[in-house]
Amino acid sequence: MVISNKPLRFILAAFVMCLPLLNFANPTADSTVVATETAQHEAAAGHKEGHAEPTDLKSQINAFKKHHVLDAHDFTLFSDNSTGYHFGFPLPVILLDNGLQVFSSSKFNHGESVAESNGNYYKINHHDGKIYKTDAAGTITEDEKTGHPTNVRPIDFSITKNVFVILIVAFLIFLLFKGLASSYQKNGSIAKGPGRIFEPLVLYVRDEIAIPNIGEKHYKKYMSYLLTIFFFVLFLNIVGLTPLGINVTGNITITAALAMLTFLITNLSANKNYWGHIFWMPGVPKPMRVILAPIELLGVFIKPFSLMIRLFANIFAGHIVLMSIIGLMFIFKSWIGSSLSFGLAFVLSLLEILVAFLQAYIFTMLSALYFGAANEEHHHEEAHH
Amino acid sequence: MEKLINQFELGLFFWQMLIFVGLILLLKKFAWKPILDAVNTREEGIRSALLSAENARNEMQNLKSDNEKLLAEARAERDLMLKEAREMKEKMVADSKAEAQAEGARMIEQAKTAIQSEKNAAMAELKSQVSSLSLEIAEKLLKDELSNKDSQMKLVEKMLGDAKLN
Repeated sequence: MVISNKPLRFILAAFVMCLPLLNFANPTADSTVVATETAQHEAAAGHKEGHAEPTDLKSQINAFKKHHVLDAHDFTLFSDNSTGYHFGFPLPVILLDNGLQVFSSSKFNHGESVAESNGNYYKINHHDGKIYKTDAAGTITEDEKTGHPTNVRPIDFSITKNVFVILIVAFLIFLLFKGLASSYQKNGSIAKGPGRIFEPLVLYVRDEIAIPNIGEKHYKKYMSYLLTIFFFVLFLNIVGLTPLGINVTGNITITAALAMLTFLITNLSANKNYWGHIFWMPGVPKPMRVILAPIELLGVFIKPFSLMIRLFANIFAGHIVLMSIIGLMFIFKSWIGSSLSFGLAFVLSLLEILVAFLQAYIFTMLSALYFGAANEEHHHEEAHH
Repeated sequence: MEKLINQFELGLFFWQMLIFVGLILLLKKFAWKPILDAVNTREEGIRSALLSAENARNEMQNLKSDNEKLLAEARAERDLMLKEAREMKEKMVADSKAEAQAEGARMIEQAKTAIQSEKNAAMAELKSQVSSLSLEIAEKLLKDELSNKDSQMKLVEKMLGDAKLN
C-alpha cells in the first residue's frame, strides 16, 4: 500500500463526519412507514395494556436499553416483540407479604399478567421492573407529580436475574479456584488445568495490589477478600459483555454491597493510628485539627461511596453506550452507517473488555489502599512522605 | 440521584451480601488459603534452591582457590628443596675440593720431609764415604808419595780444594 496511514484516517474521519448528513437525508420515507406501523400497533396493543407499549424503533431501543440495565424477574435471552415470543426461563419469586409468597415468575407472563398467590395479587411495573401489590385487575396507580406507582411494594427477596447470575458466577469462581487449589497438591506445587490461567492474576493481586498497598506485615488477612472481590467483579464484568444481556456490576445495589463490605472491613480492622489521623490529625496546628476532623470523617464515607459509584457508572455507562451504538445499526438502515456503527461497537467492546479488567483492578486496588491506610503504623509515616 | 436510590433493591442487596460473604468464606477455606500456601512454599523452595546453588558455587570457588593455594605451596616447597639440594651439592663439591687440596698439600709436605731426610741420609753417607775416601787417599799418599815432599804437598792441597767443592 502506498497510501500512508494519515490520509486514510482523514478519509475515515471525513466519512464519519458526513454520516449524519447522509442519514438525515435518506430515511424520510422509512419513518412514515414506521409511523403507520406504530399507529397500527398502538391500536392493537393499547387497549389491552394499562400503559403505552413503545412501538417505534427508537423508543423500542430505548426501552430495551432501560430494561436491560435493570434487574428482571425472569431470564429472557431474546424476545420478539411483534409475536410476543420470549426465549428464556422464569425464576422463582419470593415475596414477604402476609407471610412468605413463593411462586414462579412465569405467572407474570413477562409482566403482562397479574400474578396471584394465596389471595394476593401482584404485578410487575414496566417502568422500573419491580413488583407491586395490586387488586385482581392489576391496576397500578401512579403519583401525579413523580410518576412513581403509589401501590404497596412487598419486600422482594426474589431470585432475580442478577441473583441467578451471581449464583452461577460464584459457583463458577468456586469451582475454578477449588480446582486450582487442588491441582497444586496433585501436581507438586505446579498449577494445572483451567485454573492455571488465573494463577498469574492471583499472584498479581498479591504482589502488585496487596503487598505494596497494605504492607508485608498485614496483607495476609485481607487476601481472601481482595482476591474474591477482584475475581467476582472481573467475572461479572466479563459476563456482562457477553450477549446474554446481563448487567450485574452495573447495578447500584451490587456495587453498594461490595463498597459496604470494603467500608466495614476498613473500619472494623482499623488501628488506633487510623482513627487518630481522622479525629486528631497529628502534625498540624490544633485549630486545624478541629476543622480537619469532620472533613476526614466525611472522607471515611466518601471513599466507599466513590467505590460504589465508580464501578456502577463505568459498567452502566459502558452498557448504555454499547447498546446505543448497536441500536444505531438498526436506526441507520444504510450499509455505510450500519457497518460503521458495527465497527464502532466492535472497537467499543474491546474497550469495554479493558474497562472490565481495569474496574476490577481499581476496585481491588482502592480497597487495598483503604485497608493499608487502616493498618498504617506510625513509623511507616516517615517512609511515605 | 433519586433514580439511583430507587434502583436500590433490598432483596438483591441481601442476596448479594449473602452470596458474596459465603463465597469469600468458602474460597478462603477451599481456594485462597491452599493456593497462597502452595505458591508460598513453591517460592520458598525456589528461593532456597537458588540460595543453595549459590552456596555450592561459593564452596566450589573456595575449593578451587584452596587447591590453587596448595599447588602454589607445593611448588614453592619443591623450589626450596631444589635450591637446598643445589646448595648442598655445591657445598659438598667445595668441601671435597678443599679436602683434596689439604691432602695434596699434606702429601707434598710428607714427600718434602721424606726427600729431606733421604737427602740428609745421603749427605751423611756421602760424608762418611768422603771421609773414608780421604782416609784411603791419605793412606795411599802416605804410602807412595812421602818421598816427594813438594809434589805431595801440592797434591794434598789440590785434593782438599776439590773436597771443599762438595
